[in-house]
Amino acid sequence: ENVDPQKTAFLLRKAWTLYSVTPLYRFHRARLRDYARLLSAFIAAEKQKGLAVEVGVELDIKVAVSSLADLRGSERDQAAVLVQLSLRSRASSRNSEDKLVWLGLFCSMYGDDLSQNVPEDFTCLPLFLTHGAESYTSMVGSWFQKTFDCCFRRLAISPLNLSWMVAMWAGCKLDRAASAVELVFSVPHLSQPLDISYAIHPEDAKALWDTVQKTPGEITQEEVDVFMDCLYAHFHRHFKIHLSAAKLVKVSTAVASAHCDGIVKLLHSQYLPGVLMLLTELAISQIQ
Amino acid sequence: HLATSLPLPSERDHLRPRIDLIVFMIDIKSKYSLKNVEASLAYVDASFFLGKVCFLVTGVGRVNACSIETNAVCKLGEAYCSPVLFCELELEGIRVATAQRLLRMLQICAGHIPGVSALSFVSLMRSSDD
Repeated sequence: ENVDPQKTAFLLRKAWTLYSVTPLYRFHRARLRDYARLLSAFIAAEKQKGLAVEVGVELDIKVAVSSLADLRGSERDQAAVLVQLSLRSRASSRNSEDKLVWLGLFCSMYGDDLSQNVPEDFTCLPLFLTHGAESYTSMVGSWFQKTFDCCFRRLAISPLNLSWMVAMWAGCKLDRAASAVELVFSVPHLSQPLDISYAIHPEDAKALWDTVQKTPGEITQEEVDVFMDCLYAHFHRHFKIHLSAAKLVKVSTAVASAHCDGIVKLLHSQYLPGVLMLLTELAISQIQ
Repeated sequence: HLATSLPLPSERDHLRPRIDLIVFMIDIKSKYSLKNVEASLAYVDASFFLGKVCFLVTGVGRVNACSIETNAVCKLGEAYCSPVLFCELELEGIRVATAQRLLRMLQICAGHIPGVSALSFVSLMRSSDD
């Protein structure tokens, strides 16, 4: 699955909001241009109703829907579908540069767990990533829901899953100097909210993970627990605070960062398929 | 009687009434609570594990705040031959139902229900697996 890094560069270094999507009914790849036109008309109609993002200046929303053949895990996965919304101001028609305002990507990276159990007319693209204003997300989402009878849900990431992510990503081999591994905890039951940020030198984190992981390429819950317990014990030794009693809300590594509200940043092209595979798995378990 | 961990302070041993049931509370949002319970189990006399111990897992309503794997808690229950109850304290209905369940268990453990003893819990647990 050698994905061309140029084609996936748009995924990197952006904050993506994650959703799980149930299978799309009667979605036909040959009709992508039609869908773009229909979605564009829908958005224009929504704006007429006064649900517009911008009021005043007449702005055209241009919709493009494309298929990304390489962005998939195996042959059994559906190729990713990218929806792009651009703003074209009618005022300056000579300067025809469209400003990209919103991106939405449907994808499936090794999503066999879902696709193998689904009847013929359905297309499985369980992971939906959006970048841009929430108002556009809601319009695009409504149109897809009406047209393909699917259901979108924000993908929340539990502290348990976040600890898997930080253990996996901290252990990734990186050629360049990496940024620190950071864990952010939120302390409950206080009158004023308190956040604790715990930053670890990436080499130390990788060294720790290497001593914990027994089989390369395989990760068990026990290994993740040991890794996290070491980090908690170290912190407790210095600050007398039990981080294990706080809520892990965000993890950050040079590979990717993830927040419990379902917001991720993908930072490293080499590990992109791995991260998308993990996110696809989370999306599928939220659907089932 | 509530305690944050075991062992209980020995100064009050002579004032303490007989203990009929120990409920270990584990908050699914706190890894620390599980570790605390695991450490406290070591201070419990073996005779209690004949039906006089139970694990109560709270906070299960919030799936997205899980810091503990439910599998790990179930394994703990199996290892100590004690039932594991799941509840969500934030919902009044479940809170009340759970309290009633615990009260019922306590009545049996204290010997207030004729014909049923704490040992019944142990045999009930075995039958669900086999």
